Amino acid sequence: MALDFSNQTVRAWRRENGRVGVRNHVLILPVDDISNAACEAVANNVKGTMALPHAYGRLQFGEDLDLHFRTIIGTGANPNVAAVVVIGIEPEWTKIIVDGIAKTGKPVEGFSIEQNGDFETIRRAGWKAKEFVHWATELQKEDCGLSELWVSTKCGESDTTTGLSSCPTVGNMYDKLLPHGLYGCFGETSEITGAEHICEKRAANPEAAAKFKQIWQAYSDDVIFAHQTDDLSDSQPTKGNILGGLTTIEEKALGNLEKIGRTSQYIDAMGPAETPSKGPGLYFMDSSSAAAECVTLMAAGGYVIHTFPTGQGNVVGNPIVPVIKISGNPRTLRTMAEHIDVDVTGVLTREMTIDEAGDSLIEMIRRTANGRATAAEALGHREFSMTKLYRSA
Amino acid sequence: MAIPQLLVHDHTDNVGVVVVEDLAAGTEMLGVVTHDNSDFKLTANADIPIGHKVALKPLKAGDTVIKYGEDIGKMVGDANVGDHVHTHNCKTKRW
Repeated sequence: MALDFSNQTVRAWRRENGRVGVRNHVLILPVDDISNAACEAVANNVKGTMALPHAYGRLQFGEDLDLHFRTIIGTGANPNVAAVVVIGIEPEWTKIIVDGIAKTGKPVEGFSIEQNGDFETIRRAGWKAKEFVHWATELQKEDCGLSELWVSTKCGESDTTTGLSSCPTVGNMYDKLLPHGLYGCFGETSEITGAEHICEKRAANPEAAAKFKQIWQAYSDDVIFAHQTDDLSDSQPTKGNILGGLTTIEEKALGNLEKIGRTSQYIDAMGPAETPSKGPGLYFMDSSSAAAECVTLMAAGGYVIHTFPTGQGNVVGNPIVPVIKISGNPRTLRTMAEHIDVDVTGVLTREMTIDEAGDSLIEMIRRTANGRATAAEALGHREFSMTKLYRSA
Repeated sequence: MAIPQLLVHDHTDNVGVVVVEDLAAGTEMLGVVTHDNSDFKLTANADIPIGHKVALKPLKAGDTVIKYGEDIGKMVGDANVGDHVHTHNCKTKRW
């Protein structure tokens, strides 16, 4: 008998803006690369906090700067984050980040290093970070609807087994949970190449289809054809994909699209790190197919759990969002089982149906929301990778 | 049902995927079409790694390769039924 997902609950944190978070991080968030050291010092001094060092944030401009701000603000605003200390080299851009995060209603405070130095900044920020830890650790979980979660997806180190097993497992999960109010997200603009005509047809309305097509075409024209040296610059399919048996970009794209299931349709196509604005449902996000960059963008968009099918065995994680790995490749389960949360090898041996695999993923989403550490969390995978659009000034 | 060595997405596909490790040349494979769970037998002509494709029909250079019921590229060499199909004889039509 089909399971009823309409009234399943999880124990999670309801944030000031009503969103549901499944982790309770206190972040020490650098605005820019040169503030990493101060952030890491604060996180070292105050236990229960986490610094998110990254490589950028100076002399960016235009659309690239907008994306940088959106990614940093979105990361701090994510419901898996209870409170944020922001540190930047100077006060103005620091204030932009603080004000952006403050719109959620969560506690956030900014510190700038100029005219203070690292020592004084670390001292002041440390006091605030400690206050936030005491506050956050007393927040209580409550019953929240499973379908109130925002669950994103992206696959990595794909092979032919992902298209047969782990990607349709995610698709089955979306087909079951989206009708109950879940927010979903898929992306990987370059990896849709070869199946863009099929993806276009999976839009719920002509506006979403047109936006998707425009995003895909712009990437194809401005990036691929502008910079290519060979077939997608020799990187799609990747060398790992080819070892796993994928031969062409079309074959890879068709397997990739299995992640949006049989019946699900996307209601909007968004820019990178944008937050869904059209209510519950599935969204396409313009994003890199590189695992850490893509998960970072979706986390900044507000997604609180990520489902990650892998064939050959990708090991990616994220600092604030639990990444659930699903694999159906028996060799990968034999050689790198420590990275896999949901084993769907039974789909290949015909001992498990896609419907059963989808249920097992939903059960793992529920357990992860309730607090089970994912393999990536247990192994310390905290990849925080900013997407950069062009060279800084 | 016995465990299959070969899975095929759709009845219109002309390639299938080896889903077991260490498949040796000469193995008579049990193939299953996942669309409706129908099965068939096919002999592998080569040692084919897990995840790699096998020709289900005779394929000539220039033929369209079909998987998921869709065009995934073209043959750039010939393959007999049971031969390995990969980058040495199959390529995207896009570039």
